[in-house]
Amino acid sequence: MSGWSSWDRFTDTFFNAKVMLKYLPDILSGMVVTIELALLIVVTGLAAGLALALLRSLAIRPLNWLIILIVDLFRSLPPLVIIVLIYFGLPSVDLSPSGFVSTWLSLAFVLMAFSEEIFWAGITSVAKGQWEAARSTGLSFGQTLMNVVLPQAFRLTIPPLTNRTIAITKGTALGTVVAVTEILGQASSAMSNSYNPSPLMMGAAAYIVLFLPVVVAARWVETRFAWKR
Amino acid sequence: MDKPIVDARGLHKHFGALHVLKGVDLRVAERELVFVIGPSGSGKSTLLRCLNRLEEPSSGSVVVDGIDMLDPRTDINHARQRIGMVFQSFNLYPHMTALGNVTLALRKVAGKSRAGAEALGQAALERVGLADRAGHTPGQLSGGQQQRVAIARAIALEPRVMLFDEPTSALDPELVGSVLEVMRSLRESGMTMIVVSHEMGFARNAADRVVFMDEGAIVEQGPPAAIFENPAHERTRAFIGQIQRH
Repeated sequence: MSGWSSWDRFTDTFFNAKVMLKYLPDILSGMVVTIELALLIVVTGLAAGLALALLRSLAIRPLNWLIILIVDLFRSLPPLVIIVLIYFGLPSVDLSPSGFVSTWLSLAFVLMAFSEEIFWAGITSVAKGQWEAARSTGLSFGQTLMNVVLPQAFRLTIPPLTNRTIAITKGTALGTVVAVTEILGQASSAMSNSYNPSPLMMGAAAYIVLFLPVVVAARWVETRFAWKR
Repeated sequence: MDKPIVDARGLHKHFGALHVLKGVDLRVAERELVFVIGPSGSGKSTLLRCLNRLEEPSSGSVVVDGIDMLDPRTDINHARQRIGMVFQSFNLYPHMTALGNVTLALRKVAGKSRAGAEALGQAALERVGLADRAGHTPGQLSGGQQQRVAIARAIALEPRVMLFDEPTSALDPELVGSVLEVMRSLRESGMTMIVVSHEMGFARNAADRVVFMDEGAIVEQGPPAAIFENPAHERTRAFIGQIQRH
């Protein structure tokens, strides 16, 4: 092997065709798990965040204190700590969520907390005159919220919401810690089995394949719904 | 006045330590146009907003078209359909077209079908001279046009009373005329109107009665000529003198 150039050594280490071919199925199955996890987190996290923001708009004071407490808690804790707490902590109350469920719940809670704040900021940024005009024509609180306030609030929340959603969804990689077989988990076990970091490069490629379209789509949505006055 | 359509009695409103309305009585007859004038902070807007309960009076009673507005059993959303309101800052829904603005309450509150609401909405836009702007969003309309759409949004519900809260104060001078024109034609159609405004020329030739408020109370009221030419109170005289200098 004395004739090897440093370039050959680099590709043999990071882009080893034999290793990559062998572990491609693992990485692909990891992608499926990541997609499932990401979709669950986005749907439940955003729905719960919106629900909390709507509850908060009812202005029931003790309820709002509770919402703020929950939201601030999940915003300050590192997601990894929440995953570990759910995975290793819940069995002590006779609940044994899988690593997949623990990761899903943890990141959904985090997304819920951040998106609640973003939705809430959107709702409160709609001018008071909008509420008054709608109520003066006889629209109820709920009708005003749904037809007048939320459509305006959503446009304002799209950019921060997409950013936050992407950032938290990438946190699915933290599932490795509790043995979730998502992309990073598959890649790192393949790496230790093959003594070669090529699977990690495949993992990176998988993340780009998954998230780059989302980032680009988010940018498109942001410009599409940009506020025109 | 045998049967007032708006009958507010003994209205008080406190905002914390601030006593904004100090026992106001206002009775307005059907088809009457009442102008409310007074220095800023005198409680004019608060009085107006108490009439459709956008503001909750601290005490007193408000009856509009026979409906007790402050009775907890009153369906306030239903009652508000009978009271149109126009705001200083228009408050059009920026995400909807002019027609969308006008038809929202027709569909959601009055229970009209989309087609029925659009026919009524188009007719209301016609009345304010904006039939050809139905598809425009507020951002594409001038201030005067926006305010006329706001008037159309209110009259489309066929209210019994219209409240105007400084409808021309946010407009460039050259756009004021078009809004006053619409108000004049509303008046001619027999609409009962309560107008908070400083448009003295309009008050002089269109109002039946001018009410002068100061520091949360009605100081005096009467026909425009009497209030403008021959006010009984010193405070009224001072206020009229001030606004006429401008």
